[in-house]
Amino acid sequence: MKSVADRADTKKARWEREVLEPTLKKSPERKGPFTTISGRPIERLYTNEDVAGIDYDAEIANPGEFPYVRGIHPTGYRGKLWTMRQFAGFGSPEETNQRYKDLIAAGGTGLSVAFDLPTLMGRDPDHPLSLGEVGKCGVSIVSLKDMERLFDGIPLDDPKITTSMTINSPASMIFAMYLVVAEQHGADWQKISGTIQNDILKEFIAQKEYIFPPRQSMRLITDVFAFCAKEVPKWNTISVSGYHIREAGSTALQELAFTLRDGLEYVQYGVDAGLDVDDFVPRLSFFFNSHSDFFEEIAKYRAARKLWAEAMKNRFGAKNPRSWQLRFHTQTAGVSLTAQQPYNNVVRTALQALAAVLGGTNSLHTNSLDEALALPTKETATIALRTQQIIAHESGVTNVVDPLGGSYFIERLTRDMEEGTLAYWDTIDRMGGMVEAIERGYPQKEVAEASYQFQQAVERGEKTIVGVNDFVQTGEKPIEILYIDDSTAELQLQRLEELKRSRDNDQVRRTLDALKAGAKGRDNTMPLLLDCVRAYATVGEMCDALRDVWGEYEEVPVI
Amino acid sequence: MSQKIRVVIAKPGLDGHDRGAKVIARALRDAGMEVIYTGLRQTPEMIVAATLQEDADVIGLSILSGAHMHICPRVMELLKDKGLDDVQVVIGGIIPDVDIAKLNAMGIKGIFIPGTPMQHIIDYITANARVRV
Repeated sequence: MKSVADRADTKKARWEREVLEPTLKKSPERKGPFTTISGRPIERLYTNEDVAGIDYDAEIANPGEFPYVRGIHPTGYRGKLWTMRQFAGFGSPEETNQRYKDLIAAGGTGLSVAFDLPTLMGRDPDHPLSLGEVGKCGVSIVSLKDMERLFDGIPLDDPKITTSMTINSPASMIFAMYLVVAEQHGADWQKISGTIQNDILKEFIAQKEYIFPPRQSMRLITDVFAFCAKEVPKWNTISVSGYHIREAGSTALQELAFTLRDGLEYVQYGVDAGLDVDDFVPRLSFFFNSHSDFFEEIAKYRAARKLWAEAMKNRFGAKNPRSWQLRFHTQTAGVSLTAQQPYNNVVRTALQALAAVLGGTNSLHTNSLDEALALPTKETATIALRTQQIIAHESGVTNVVDPLGGSYFIERLTRDMEEGTLAYWDTIDRMGGMVEAIERGYPQKEVAEASYQFQQAVERGEKTIVGVNDFVQTGEKPIEILYIDDSTAELQLQRLEELKRSRDNDQVRRTLDALKAGAKGRDNTMPLLLDCVRAYATVGEMCDALRDVWGEYEEVPVI
Repeated sequence: MSQKIRVVIAKPGLDGHDRGAKVIARALRDAGMEVIYTGLRQTPEMIVAATLQEDADVIGLSILSGAHMHICPRVMELLKDKGLDDVQVVIGGIIPDVDIAKLNAMGIKGIFIPGTPMQHIIDYITANARVRV
């Protein structure tokens, strides 16, 4: 940054003195504060002087060229549009299967599985903590049988439809189930593609769906990296996620910095496990939030590509350009949606989706208008998908690559995001890495503090939320929502009993014992999990086997 | 002589989304209350045990997962069993309209959906917490 003295003779300083000041005397600005939703102060005007220190060819470059600020594809969306991937799952496998068929019929180009909390936490429906949770927030998957039902009639060998599965602690178990179903459909593991989220670090930081302690959890992840490098080479083995960090209340900068630093941690653990960077890094993908502050989000995505490219090349010595190229999915910000005047959420989501597209997202989920109230209905899920289609096919923004590149404001903000991220990385590096930082509660505290500051700003009226703390309306008519009853729990409990009667329980015990032995030693857990899955062991049984060996993580809560 | 209101903030069930629980815990503390945050994955039994042990006046449950119609009746039943009927139970989270009347009938009157101002929750608890003698 230039000092005040340096600025005295700049063109901007002259403009401020000669043009701006007389205007301000006559008509002052609104009260402000003029900050982004993350609390970052924004100047009233950016000019060529704000980007004077940035070398276009070396530090921005054209699309498809290192460091990829303007995108990883030379043709942007003229070549291929982003994947319209709507996250969905509720109730029984059959109900969710039907929703997928509806989404494909409506023009969706990818599937994304939402699991219920018992599945995410590795608990069978008959566990006491599963009370009231089966099938509520996502689909209930207990064993391979449910995975067969989930993808019934959806050909997993069709390369046009790829599946993303949002699961973390039991990611490798669910992935093993997917692989077996794909095999049943006649698919070749060497050819299939899709994604598992498999990102445990952000669970410790934000979403808190962890089971095992950090280091053992990292072992499961590097086992997937190593297994896929040989057996399922086109699979995205992880989706390093900032989405949940942001939803937990972080700023845009914290989301960017912590997520990419998590990515560096996974690469380091992979390297430490003996893998070659260029053998597994090309299959790492990312997942960001798109919040309401339009330009801040766009700058975040552009900075992300550059930071990753430079870290892979310089920090890890990656030689394959595919290792340098950051690919990411985006979801609009669930936390920005309001229960009040819910139709306004369509507009919020459209703007957030547009920011993601202008930032060059490779895949996108748009939230439905009723998501502050319940899981979406079929109708609201369709409007959400239509929002993407309108941006893609009507708005014209897909005609040109990185249309905001060269904007003084966007380029300055992109650079600020980059510098802020490097400062956070430095702090975390000095702690010894992200696992160590998490063990000290550092990112958790940063996020908790930011979320409290934001809430305070809303309470003071410094941040306006339309329909909530301003432009409030009384006497609203309630909208119709999707209400999930307890029939799924009853069905899944009954099926669990049937399963335990009909399968070869000796074989289940043998495969679970082998898994435990492997977990105690250094064997890759993936082939062992595939054996458990083929024997129809449940998610709860596989997780319990690992709990026996590794124990469970308990966090010290930070307020 | 006024004593500080003692509040147990709890996250029951399997859900880990604790942003709301943590923000409200801090807001109540900043408003002068004594706040005990239980952390995640609490069963109704654990929550009521913490209430008894901490001699709390208020329980604040944060539930976003849709499990409230299973968790809330159990908490109310256990409170009754332990003779803690005068403990005020409030709930924050995603609660569909159709469930609000049922929760009211169980004795849970303070129900705060997304977008509720923190000051409103503070005022509600201050006005409704049991009076200590």
